[in-house]
Amino acid sequence: MSTTSMQAAIAPAALTSWYEASARTRVRLLLDPESFMEFVGPEKREVSPHLKVFDLPEQFDDGILVGHGSLGGSSVLIAAQEGSFMGGAFGEVHGAKLTGLLRAARDIGSMPVLILFDTGGVRLQEANAGELAIAEIMRAVIEARSAGAKVIGLIGGRAGCYGGGGLIAGCCSALAVSEQGRIAVSGPEVIETNRGVEEFDSRDRALVWRTMGGKHRRLLGAADAFVDDTIQAFRDAALVLLEQVGGFELSTLTNEQVRLEARLRDFGSCADAVDIWTAEGVADAGAVPALPVNQFIAVADHVRRISHDTR
Amino acid sequence: MTLDEILASMFPAGHDVKNDEGVVYGSGSLRSGGLALVVGVADRLPLGVDDAIILSAHVLRSIARDSGPILVVVDSDSQRMSKRDELLGLNEFLAHLGKCLIYADSHGRPTIGLLYGHTAAGAFLSTALATRVLVGLPGATPVVMDLPSMSKVTKLSLEVLEEKAKSTPVFAPGLENLAQTGAVHVIWDAGVPLVDQLETLLASLPDIDDGRGLLGKQRGGRPKAYEIAERVRGLGLQSR
Repeated sequence: MSTTSMQAAIAPAALTSWYEASARTRVRLLLDPESFMEFVGPEKREVSPHLKVFDLPEQFDDGILVGHGSLGGSSVLIAAQEGSFMGGAFGEVHGAKLTGLLRAARDIGSMPVLILFDTGGVRLQEANAGELAIAEIMRAVIEARSAGAKVIGLIGGRAGCYGGGGLIAGCCSALAVSEQGRIAVSGPEVIETNRGVEEFDSRDRALVWRTMGGKHRRLLGAADAFVDDTIQAFRDAALVLLEQVGGFELSTLTNEQVRLEARLRDFGSCADAVDIWTAEGVADAGAVPALPVNQFIAVADHVRRISHDTR
Repeated sequence: MTLDEILASMFPAGHDVKNDEGVVYGSGSLRSGGLALVVGVADRLPLGVDDAIILSAHVLRSIARDSGPILVVVDSDSQRMSKRDELLGLNEFLAHLGKCLIYADSHGRPTIGLLYGHTAAGAFLSTALATRVLVGLPGATPVVMDLPSMSKVTKLSLEVLEEKAKSTPVFAPGLENLAQTGAVHVIWDAGVPLVDQLETLLASLPDIDDGRGLLGKQRGGRPKAYEIAERVRGLGLQSR
């Protein structure tokens, strides 16, 4: 074994970039050591039944792993999307695994679910099955939460959390996001293709990050926790959020309605994220993209406290 | 059918449904008694933050005040694709609308989607696909992605995609293809008064449990989803 691979094998969570890590590495280092047990893993070879129609390579786990493990000594259900396989997109099998996991959480009623998002949205080669899978997952998230399960989303991967993935994220009890964790419905290229480069220049990376990236989502109140790009930071945030978040009832939805109406009222005429941050009271909004993690968290905690009963 | 024709055919006893620049809301008198809340999107409106928040407000107000089913009528574009909508967190607004509909459905307000025109992507997920029963009207044209755009992404020619679409319904646009996956429960007959078909549906509403996986298996459009989800659920329960 080379020095590099030995280091990778023993690299502790604090030294491992979430963004760079594979889904399997994220799960292994996020959970308590040796605690992960996979359901319908790659050895079952439950591949997509549709990719062969397009002569595309299949993956034995269809780009997602789901299973059970422990976090801080407590049982959790966990799902992790592999952003490097077809952009982490939702296909029939990929989506069904997450649906089944959430329905188990619903039936158990108390065991939390961690969803490690890394997705561009629907897998186009099986678009109808993928779209419907997302609809089933949204319903399953709400059923699980209604039954008492907390569903925490962790977002900081290469593919971001786009399309229907963004809608599922919006159904979760809480989200932790790193700077790299972009959350949106329409991706930059999709907006540019449909509406023109004047509407959104997808090659302007600074624009992409400040419109859809983790810092903006945290300052907007769209994400509950902002974390450094390490697996340890996500683990710590997940443990904290599991303590903080509440249940799901009618008041959650009426609170969310008030929260979102206030956002439109306060920021609806802002042309850019920097204008929103300024309106929120960030002293030097233009400097936000360059702020180191700890300084940013201090600024965010100062201007926007998160209440955990509004999503 | 136009929205006016549909509403007239569904509610011969009258309705007060308004179409406010594509944002639809109001109520209709059911033949079996009581009122149905009607919300939705018309005129192929792209669903953005300003529209979604109005619809969710109507649903929440009705949950607190009314009884009876909720009809979600849909002829939309996809989600509104703009810098402003994404800047303001469109994913939360669409998810919120979907959550309100799903919550209502499980709290005594069964939801029925009525897809009579176009719809796509995020707008589809937060409206029609967030209902318990999705009804399609002939002529509806749901699409997750149109074939020319898909041709660009997949690098396959339009001719090849059209040929593949004949043998597999799983990626091709259209009501019938979606129905095969289990997304659309039933396609109504435009030649029969809609009130009759609505009352039949209300009298025999499916169970609240999401049955779309099983439908997709029975219809052959999604051969694996039902079984995979059930296996994972079973293994999850064993971890208790």
